[in-house]
Amino acid sequence: MIDVKNVDSYYGKAQILNDLSFSIGEGEVVSILGRNGAGKTTTLKSIMQLVRPRTGSVMFNGTELVGLPPYKVAKVGLGYVPEERRIFTDLTILENMEVGRQPPRDGVPQWSVDLLFELFPNLSERRGNRGKALSGGEQQMLTIARTMMGNPRCLLLDEPSEGIAPVIVEQMVETILRIKKQRLTVVLSEQNLHFARLVADRAIIIEGGEKRFDGTFAELDAQPEIQEKYLSV
Amino acid sequence: MGLFVAQVLTGLANAAALFLVASGLSLIFGVTRIVNFAHGSFYMLGAFIGYSLMQVLPGMFGFWASVVLAGLAVGVIGVIVEICVLRPVYKAPELFQLVATFGVILVIQDLALLTWGADDVLGPRAPGLKGIVRIMDEPVPKYDLALIAITPFILFGLWYLIARTRVGILVRAATQDREMVGALGVNQAWLFTGVFFLGATLAGLGGAIQLPKGGADLLMDFNILAAIFVVVVIGGMGSLPGAYVAAVLISVLNVFGVTYLPQSTLVLMFVVMAVVLMIKPYGLFGREEVAGEHGQVGEPERPIKPAGIKVRVLVAVGILLLALLPVFGSSFSQVLTADVIIFCLFAASLHFILGLGGLVSFGHAAYFGGGAYVAALLVSYLQTPMEIAFLLAPVGAGFAAFIIGWLCMRLTGVYFAMLTLAFAQLLWSLVYQWGEFTGGDDGLVDIWPSEWLNSTTPYYYFTLVFGIGGILLLRHVAHSPFGYALRASRDSARQAEATGINTKRVQWLAFTFAGAVAGLSGALFVFSKGSVFPTELEVARSFDALIVIFLGGVKTLSGAIVGGASLEYAKDFLTRFEYWRLTLGLIIIFVVILAPEGISGTLRKLAERIGIMKDPDSNHSKIRNPAVNAKAHTRENTRENTREDP
Ligand SMILES: Nc1ncnc2c1ncn2[C@@H]1O[C@H](COP(=O)(O)OP(=O)(O)OP(=O)(O)O)[C@@H](O)[C@H]1O
Ligand SMILES: [Mg+2]
Repeated sequence: MIDVKNVDSYYGKAQILNDLSFSIGEGEVVSILGRNGAGKTTTLKSIMQLVRPRTGSVMFNGTELVGLPPYKVAKVGLGYVPEERRIFTDLTILENMEVGRQPPRDGVPQWSVDLLFELFPNLSERRGNRGKALSGGEQQMLTIARTMMGNPRCLLLDEPSEGIAPVIVEQMVETILRIKKQRLTVVLSEQNLHFARLVADRAIIIEGGEKRFDGTFAELDAQPEIQEKYLSV
Repeated sequence: MGLFVAQVLTGLANAAALFLVASGLSLIFGVTRIVNFAHGSFYMLGAFIGYSLMQVLPGMFGFWASVVLAGLAVGVIGVIVEICVLRPVYKAPELFQLVATFGVILVIQDLALLTWGADDVLGPRAPGLKGIVRIMDEPVPKYDLALIAITPFILFGLWYLIARTRVGILVRAATQDREMVGALGVNQAWLFTGVFFLGATLAGLGGAIQLPKGGADLLMDFNILAAIFVVVVIGGMGSLPGAYVAAVLISVLNVFGVTYLPQSTLVLMFVVMAVVLMIKPYGLFGREEVAGEHGQVGEPERPIKPAGIKVRVLVAVGILLLALLPVFGSSFSQVLTADVIIFCLFAASLHFILGLGGLVSFGHAAYFGGGAYVAALLVSYLQTPMEIAFLLAPVGAGFAAFIIGWLCMRLTGVYFAMLTLAFAQLLWSLVYQWGEFTGGDDGLVDIWPSEWLNSTTPYYYFTLVFGIGGILLLRHVAHSPFGYALRASRDSARQAEATGINTKRVQWLAFTFAGAVAGLSGALFVFSKGSVFPTELEVARSFDALIVIFLGGVKTLSGAIVGGASLEYAKDFLTRFEYWRLTLGLIIIFVVILAPEGISGTLRKLAERIGIMKDPDSNHSKIRNPAVNAKAHTRENTRENTREDP
């Protein structure tokens, strides 16, 4: 479904991603792992075209994404949930979700405000509140709900477990598993191996903007030296 | 009592147009972050187009249809401006788009002159609403009552659009984080265009709807600009109810001002604004600006360095050539070059606070004109010797900057910019309206230099010495520890504070210093012309300097100088033609589109590409191990920007 090939990305003159390639199949949940500054966020942004890869290609169901403006990437069915959440603090929960709303898409589950409120009951209770009045966990839920309103084919989640309480993390696991049941493709970046293991089928480890490992968690467990070297376990 | 009520009603009626125009400006700024200086021009076009339509569309229906059509026509013009002029430069550094809107002002001025001629037109009266009604025995025009009745509906309509519709939600979301709105699948380009259409339509409606009261003329673009800025700032950027309340406040006060303090109508508005901002720095209904906008990944700035030997030689040769000008040049060329030097000094002083300090002042002319007036007043009233008046001018201008700087320093970003503009307008209106003292519109004349300087060549050398001296002084301060502290405060206020720099005080002092240097250029100016008029304090004068800095390149002093010289020579050349504004405006727009990094920045890029100049960062990009390198790179840049040169 997603084919990243030989991608190099830069911030100004600093090269961040170096010849990065991987693919993700339909319905798969893949976790991109790596330490702080490894390039996880940049990888997701390079798929979303929020950072434009200088060389290489990103194919999505046969469409070349490199060169498209981000809104077109969203239109072809990628849903992006940023690490910093970036909810619209002056807008209410309902309004935040409205910003993300896109027309229904063929062959993917359709989401509505009601369905998402079922998934995130906390949000439902506070639907009229402004974004700035939400807790970190609630904000995280809202960013996911907002992106789901676009009925994505594939969800890019940047560190969903970061900075939220363990109870909420559990809830997040459940949510992702429910999303997964709908046969949605999910790419999530994580530092938390434990969390990644609970939800993902496969792990890709990057460090210094290069791919260091690509395989199942069973394979990863067989290579403790890799975990040692590239993950802060 | 009757008179009181009548005056309140007049004020409310006058508020209609002001509110329409100001709310458009506020909307456009909210979403695009562009301070659209051409907004006054949209208002003027609305008036003229409305007038033309009213000539052909008869009757009551024709009148109102003309108003609406004029609004829509201006909306379409706004879309053309947005697509042709602004879209290519959205990615340019912050506030650069501003320059493009200056260009648009000039172009529209000449196009309006071409189309409607130079004479003021009297607005037709609204059919069916021609007479007056008596309210408590006072006559109140029927049209005023109609305006008072209509405005709340427009306010409600706009409010509904913004607060209740999907478009409104997207607009508000984009006001906060455009990139995220894009990542959620919304085409921002059309959102921007849509907002521009709406904003321009509102301005056009405002222009057309005030026709029966005010008519149309070619000065109304600049005349309303200060007022709408004041309204937007008092009401709070981005707040519609705020714009309405502020428009009413200003208009009502203005009506009373005309009756009771006819000498101070213009000043009053700015006094009100100053008072409001003292109490509520972000306006009545405004919220504090959210710092740290997303999606502004730019290249790190090059650290400024002491001049290399080549540059020094070049500058020395340049100064030598200037010094030799009287030997081979005509006296006209000396006068022109003196003008250029004076202007360059003025621009360089603005560059000091804008480029190095990151403080965008929209009202720098206050200190240029202020210096000129201080000298002129001293000479006129106290027969002060020229030499002393000349030296006191920068002191006076610096003092004005000291006070105004103190008042403005609590604000940041565009609020700061608007407030500086408003204070400059305050000074201008003081000078303009206090005729007995300042000569008002007639200015102050007969301000000649002392005997020993009173001919072309000596004064040319005098200008050269003080002009170049002033510029070198600015440069020297920029490279002193004070200059580093100033740049540190610009780049990262928090880090600078942590190292013990009182950033606000540093910026305040820099503002004062820049004001004093602007005052010096004003003093050079007044003695070279022998007179001074309120135009030297005008918005247009401030804009000149801003244009030059943005076009030359904000980052470098040389940019300001090169830009200043180019503009002054270009103006001297172009003003010989009838439609010079059109030409100059188009040139500015093209430069903005073709050289979005400013002239000097673009030249340097070009030189790097063809290999004349070495790219100073090229050694970084060769290093591998990117992530580590990236971190080192960003860290290094912050350090370089603030460190002391060896
Ligand atoms: N806007 C930027 N400008 C310059 N360099 C950046 C920028 N954003 C990130 N970097 C650098 O790029 C590298 C990779 O950053 P990235 O955000 O992709 O890492 P990450 O794996 O997501 O880290 P984290 O786990 O902390 O979120 C880092 O070295 C970082 O310093
Ligand atoms: Mg990250």
